[in-house]
Amino acid sequence: MTWLNEHILTILIGFPLGAAGLLLSVKQSNLKIIRRGALIITIFEFFISIFLYTNFKPIAQLQFVERIPWIPQWGVDFAVGVDGISLFLVLLTTFLGPIAVLASWTSIQKSVKGFMVSLLVMESAMVGVFVVTDLFFFYIFWEAMLIPMYFVIGIWGSGRRIYAAIKFVLFTMLGSLFMLVAIIYLFVQTKYQLGHPSLAFSDLALLALPMKAQYYLFLAFALSFAIKIPLFPFHTWLPDAHTEAPTAGSIILAGVLLKMGGYGFIRFCIPLFPKVLPQFVPLLIALAVVGIIYGALMAMVQPDLKRLVAYSSVSHLGFVVLGIFALTTPSITGGVIQMVNHGISTGALFLLVGMLYDRRHTRMISDFGGLARSLPKYSTVFIIVVLASIGLPGLNGFVGEFLILMGSFATHPTAVIIATFGVILTAVYLLWMVERVFFGKLDKDENKNLSDLSKREWSAILPIILVIVWLGIYPKPVLDRIEPSVKQLVDNYEMTINSESSDIDLEIAFKGIQGESRP
Amino acid sequence: MIGLIPFFPLLGFLINGLGGKRISERMSGIIASVVVGLSFIVAITLFGEFLKIGTPLEQTLFTWIAVGKFTVSFSYVLDSLSLVMVLVITGVGLLIHIFSIGYMKGDPGIQRYFSYLNLFTFMMLTLVMSDNFLAMFLGWEGVGLCSYLLIGFWFEDPVKAAAGKKAFIVNRIGDFGFLLAMFLIFSRFGSLKFMDVLIPQQIAQIPIEIVTAITLLLFLGATGKSAQIPLHIWLPDAMAGPTPVSALIHAATMVTAGVYLIARCGILFAASEITMSVIAVIGILTAFFAATIALTETDIKKVLAYSTISQLGFMFAAVGVGAFAAGIFHLMTHAFFKGLLFLAAGSVIHGMSGEQNMLKMGGLKQKMPTTYWTMLAGVAAISGLPLLSGFFSKDEILWNVYSSQFGGNILFGIGLFTAAMTAFYMFRLFFMTFHGDRRWSKEVSPHESPKIMTIPLIMLAVLSVVGGFIGIPESWGGHNFFHQFLQKSTQDATGYITHQYSSGLLLSENILMILSIVAAIGGLLLAYRFYVQRPDIPGKISKSLSIAYKLVSGKYFIDELYGLLFVRPLRNGSELFLKKFDISVIDGIANGSGKVMLVLGNKLRRIQTGVMQNYAAVIFLGVISIIFYLYLK
Repeated sequence: MTWLNEHILTILIGFPLGAAGLLLSVKQSNLKIIRRGALIITIFEFFISIFLYTNFKPIAQLQFVERIPWIPQWGVDFAVGVDGISLFLVLLTTFLGPIAVLASWTSIQKSVKGFMVSLLVMESAMVGVFVVTDLFFFYIFWEAMLIPMYFVIGIWGSGRRIYAAIKFVLFTMLGSLFMLVAIIYLFVQTKYQLGHPSLAFSDLALLALPMKAQYYLFLAFALSFAIKIPLFPFHTWLPDAHTEAPTAGSIILAGVLLKMGGYGFIRFCIPLFPKVLPQFVPLLIALAVVGIIYGALMAMVQPDLKRLVAYSSVSHLGFVVLGIFALTTPSITGGVIQMVNHGISTGALFLLVGMLYDRRHTRMISDFGGLARSLPKYSTVFIIVVLASIGLPGLNGFVGEFLILMGSFATHPTAVIIATFGVILTAVYLLWMVERVFFGKLDKDENKNLSDLSKREWSAILPIILVIVWLGIYPKPVLDRIEPSVKQLVDNYEMTINSESSDIDLEIAFKGIQGESRP
Repeated sequence: MIGLIPFFPLLGFLINGLGGKRISERMSGIIASVVVGLSFIVAITLFGEFLKIGTPLEQTLFTWIAVGKFTVSFSYVLDSLSLVMVLVITGVGLLIHIFSIGYMKGDPGIQRYFSYLNLFTFMMLTLVMSDNFLAMFLGWEGVGLCSYLLIGFWFEDPVKAAAGKKAFIVNRIGDFGFLLAMFLIFSRFGSLKFMDVLIPQQIAQIPIEIVTAITLLLFLGATGKSAQIPLHIWLPDAMAGPTPVSALIHAATMVTAGVYLIARCGILFAASEITMSVIAVIGILTAFFAATIALTETDIKKVLAYSTISQLGFMFAAVGVGAFAAGIFHLMTHAFFKGLLFLAAGSVIHGMSGEQNMLKMGGLKQKMPTTYWTMLAGVAAISGLPLLSGFFSKDEILWNVYSSQFGGNILFGIGLFTAAMTAFYMFRLFFMTFHGDRRWSKEVSPHESPKIMTIPLIMLAVLSVVGGFIGIPESWGGHNFFHQFLQKSTQDATGYITHQYSSGLLLSENILMILSIVAAIGGLLLAYRFYVQRPDIPGKISKSLSIAYKLVSGKYFIDELYGLLFVRPLRNGSELFLKKFDISVIDGIANGSGKVMLVLGNKLRRIQTGVMQNYAAVIFLGVISIIFYLYLK
């Protein structure tokens, strides 16, 4: 198994991409093979990633490390590895893969092949973002993700899809351009300071950067991640992109794409620029808390189901940002698991709204009412997911939310009090939506003869429900794997902050994501 | 072994929940009742064992959430306090499950109903048996969820669905307090286990303001769950649920969770005088105001709902003055007689084909004799007629309110007056329903309920009558077995408060008891006079006191006030914010900068005219400018 241990991450990145290439050779009209092929590929990908989970040791070290030199004169290597922070984001990505395919089974009729290929390419890119340990490749995958998503929204979307797709790309591009400048700066610095150019995470940690530089670098990285996650007030691309994207697009957007922002915050902003971090923390926490309340209030008055869920993401990810920048082990651990939980339950909400859209071709809340009568099974499942999203203890959403709030309380009590208030608002907007969609009289004729969940739909939603309950009742295996990496991150950060000389400490600070040392 | 108690209802929930329509109507009721019965048997067995060994029984299942120093497990503990709760939940719960088989007969959603009811039982047991705040919170939220689902059980009625949502959201406001209290507790005590927190030496080291903050926040949680002022508004609406649900959740068990919470953490609460006084005052005020509303209410279930709020107020008054055992004693007797009253009301509603308005009842005595006599037992017990269960428990509370340092004459006076009102409105309900003219319409044919419903009634009636004997006060030469039994769990807390029994008390416990008997009988006689002998009097009174009457029958317009202050501003404000800020400002900036680029691009495009002379002119001007610049420098 050592061979697999060393190459599994490369396989995880390469497999969907390679398989997508194969899928390209299938005839456009052979829908059956295209759909089944995509499903089998994503399921297989998920099974490979299970190996990651079972063989992952609950320690802080980077695992499943592989390094392939690529452009030696630039010092660019294809280097991969996972730790507790990235592990479950990878698993989340591969878990949502088959679900996204199933969600598009009948709803995508236009150029199915192109769509499935886009999904697979996206999956490769997303896994790549989470596992690479070289900033060069990180940026490549980060940007590569945009292109298929642009097409998914622009071609297979609904309504104002072109507007939404362009808005999505422009917003994210704006952020990543600043990040690119920062990356180039770092690249030049490694060349001067270390004698060889490199963008490996482990080398970046060795840099001694002047405070001023750290300040601007932090801003550049943070802006990019803030747009992605999205942090208030950079969120307005999200409702449009979500609403117009096809179901699978929304699932991936909410499920994985937004998490790349949170992941970036944890992976780069904390360990690379610890000295300037305290200057930014109050602002970031404030924006996070504003986002929690603001997102909830906006969600409350949305007439469109998808927009409601989109704004709820703004609110939920505010919790994640709060947890990350509260900088305690429980709060960041909570932030990581909250990202996973949000991916699962919001992914599920988009999936479910999509199913409704397939039946009724509308997403307006006012077009429904009393659905619990005509769609009892669908309604039950929907309400379970809503309860998970509300953060009911015993379901997954609670674990992350609680850890974030409890962990942050030590450092930012006021922010936690306001954020906890958001917990009330979450119940208000979600239950009000449930009331208007599912309860009351079934008085619209169009809603009376809807068919309940089909077998295919069950196969997409049932795994989600099981995970929701599992993570709610027994999150221990997950927390045990996340915690060591987070603890090391926090310990290193605190050590750096408490000491004077910065260059040596930076080296320690980055040990958490260090691969084998370079020659 | 302990784990079996919550396990059985969970199993029942899974069977009925997953089986759904594949399970026959009859079977689903039987399964649901059997699992609760099994829990009850286990609880009784463990009760015997507990009496023998005298130390709490414990069982840890598995770790739930653990990060760093923070560890919380699913582990159950049975001490005297949780045993009392478990016996009430499974015992009274079993009777209500059985009653439901008859009451819900023919309802198409019966499997759903029983699965919710079992889930509720599981959650409630988790609430009272957990050994830490967080697992308790799981139960706390779980019972809230079941309450939400069961209030809105007939979800096609928009009023009922809205009532369920209201209950959940109002409870969430309480949860806000509970959550913050947990954060504070963990930040100060480093643990959420009762064992680590509820230690006098530990508490003494925490600044008193923090203890006050923690306990007030927990109390906020309790006001939500137990429908105390100012979060009482959800309970009357909760009557939209099926009546056995009102009996189980909104009378006997869930709504008493707040009292349980305070009794459980008695030692912590007792450390803060401010909190204790706040609880006692809120308790008595709630008891009083809810009782006044019950005076004019004509919906039979709503009278009982306000009566529940009022009785819960008594319980809070008890724990607020440090009489934790008295509070739990009343909790238990209340579970008997209020469970009974709701079921009896359910039997009436069942016999009247769904009618709940007492103005359309009357003279039902002959039509439903069993319901009549059992309900009489419940009414007499809640009114505090001598020797019945409510008499002992209410009396103990009044005595403690009078004699404790946190209580006093004023609170006692209000409490005594409320006790008189209680007797009045309960007998008013009783007489309006069963005596006097038959006011029902011709289509209704009232009938007695089937055995499966009346047998639980009879059993609860027996408990309501004799249930008080386990707590005969010592001033009567009794042993107050209940008090002693609970002592293990509450002694530390009560020991913490220095009771000022002796100094300057005018009345002895026995005199006080006579006063409360007078109050109860006075209330009864007044009701008899108003609603049996001279039914014209109430109308006259309500006319002559029209303003007060409007205020009371409008429930003091609290709902309207909250609507005006919170609900509407929140919704309208968000609407406005969305339009004026999110779309206009934030999106406006984003789209605006896009537009600026387009316009700019359009303008700049004009420069590239392709006309050579223009370019030459620009170059020429440029060269001139550079020369000037260099020259001037």
